[in-house]
Amino acid sequence: MRRSLLLVLVLTCLGLAAASAASARRDGTTLKLVAYSTPKPVIGQIISAWQKTSAGHGVSFTQSYGASGSQARAIVAGQPADIAFLSTGLDINSLVGAGLVSPTWQKASHGGIVADSVVAFVVRGGNPKHIHNWSDLIKPGVQVVTPNPFSSGSAKWNILAAYGAERKLGKTDKQATAFVQQLFRHVVSQDSSGSNATNTFLAGKGDVLLTYESEAYAALAAGKDIHMVIPKQTMLIELPMVPTNTPLSETQQFISFCQSAPAQTIFAENGYRPVLTSVLKQPALKKWRLAYQGGSRLIFKIKDPLFGGWAKANKIWFDPTSGRMLAIEQAVGGPSGAAG
Amino acid sequence: MLPDSSVAAAWRPGARSDTGGRTGTALSLGVVSTYLTVVVVLPIAALVWESQRNGAHTFWQVVSSPEAVAALRLTLAVAVAVSLLNAVLGTVTAWVLVRDEFPGKALVNSVIDLPFALPTIVAGLTLIALYGPQSPVGVNVAFTRTAIGLALCFVTLPFVVRTVQPVLQELDREMEEAARSLGAGEVTVFRRIVLPNIFPGILSGVALAFARAVGEIGAVVLISGNLPYRTEVSSVFVMNRIESGDSAGAAAVAVVLLGISFALLLAIGGLRFLVTRHERA
Repeated sequence: MRRSLLLVLVLTCLGLAAASAASARRDGTTLKLVAYSTPKPVIGQIISAWQKTSAGHGVSFTQSYGASGSQARAIVAGQPADIAFLSTGLDINSLVGAGLVSPTWQKASHGGIVADSVVAFVVRGGNPKHIHNWSDLIKPGVQVVTPNPFSSGSAKWNILAAYGAERKLGKTDKQATAFVQQLFRHVVSQDSSGSNATNTFLAGKGDVLLTYESEAYAALAAGKDIHMVIPKQTMLIELPMVPTNTPLSETQQFISFCQSAPAQTIFAENGYRPVLTSVLKQPALKKWRLAYQGGSRLIFKIKDPLFGGWAKANKIWFDPTSGRMLAIEQAVGGPSGAAG
Repeated sequence: MLPDSSVAAAWRPGARSDTGGRTGTALSLGVVSTYLTVVVVLPIAALVWESQRNGAHTFWQVVSSPEAVAALRLTLAVAVAVSLLNAVLGTVTAWVLVRDEFPGKALVNSVIDLPFALPTIVAGLTLIALYGPQSPVGVNVAFTRTAIGLALCFVTLPFVVRTVQPVLQELDREMEEAARSLGAGEVTVFRRIVLPNIFPGILSGVALAFARAVGEIGAVVLISGNLPYRTEVSSVFVMNRIESGDSAGAAAVAVVLLGISFALLLAIGGLRFLVTRHERA
């Protein structure tokens, strides 16, 4: 514990130093990037790669990382931003609602998406509970960790993935919703964010963590005794990066760079699925090609008619006054359901 | 606005002159009311305004929703339990620090304030590491209601200690000696001499601890597991509402929380007024 506290302190100091160094370089344009928390290391690599190109030479960055929803709200409330990189299209839509992002952002190249991931299961080393498919999550005695869907974008992906997987297995809307409810009877912690849920799982709570494949790779890279399982049916997590309504030519150039081969290679090597899939043909990326494209998996998107896009899915599932998850949380945890 | 000069003089017999005293009073009153307005009154007024943005019906709908009610009950129950525990153990701690001599006393005295200096989210993390699934001491209470109480005890520990300690230090030992020489036992001395003197201090500490326990989020958000209806406290419920883009709903629950806390604090203040009435007589 003391070591990890020390680590946090050191990282904070490094972060402050890096931030001041970045703002001290005023020889050219400065781009303000506001992003969700987990891609910080990979974005750092991409930025330094871009600064070595002629387009990016002399352009400096201020970078802000935090929970996706909070970052979106901060931008709406006036935090200056040239580029927003958030974890759901839903958060981008709230910027559209505030008139800060073009309503046609999905018409941009690759639909405004710079990288993908999928919903994955993280289990304990050796997979002692034999978790392979969605149905294994509701076996007796299995404890699941997933964040709270009303505070976390990651939790929303997880829930839609669970529902979608059941639908793809031929279940009806009612049966698939009942599955989500049954799944939540096994949920033992609903942390406020995806990264808090990861910490809870790594602290020893639960048998399965539902999270992004990219997060799982980051935890694996940190040497944790865990194992990742990608279920046969899962959801594609699309990570959008958009320019906000401040016309800087460098903004668009940077976003284009993020979708180009050099940046997509960096994404692929860091556990993110590239949107430019041709980069996976590189011999050096063979391991990642097998990881991302191996096996026969059914991967569905938020645009699937099952969901009808973020606005519709959010209204049905996560509306804070009428969403399905409200009823499910009540059925599972409320006075009448606590015994079940 | 100015108090009657004779009253002012009676209040502050040491004032240099009437005029000087009045100017000073007006100035300090002005400074204090401006400060309080900017820092407390305006933000709370804005909060109440925000909570009413979607009308009284929506306000009621949010605060009476089963999940909000469950969170509120849990919050108040834990806050009351933690305050009472603090009242007892905080007083004992203060007693030991004032009356007993032992090596390292100065060090222990400084340790009391540490929970104030630690960012509460770090407190939550530390408690999970210590009393969670991988506990080195074999105690696993993380992600339960007990854990919420534990985290709140940690952050509220200094309040009662620090309000009782100075009173105990000032307490005239001769009163206790006199009681003993008249044949009173230790229990009677404590009950009849010490307790009445430190009780107002305990009440102040309990009020502070309660208020803090009701509003605390950092120490609780990691260790509680945030299971709706089971381990979700009001502050976390409010945060979830904000994260879902329902700031009016968040404000509504916050206003109810504030209202209940205010009523309880008033009640504690009233009790304090009653037990100290002999001092004003």
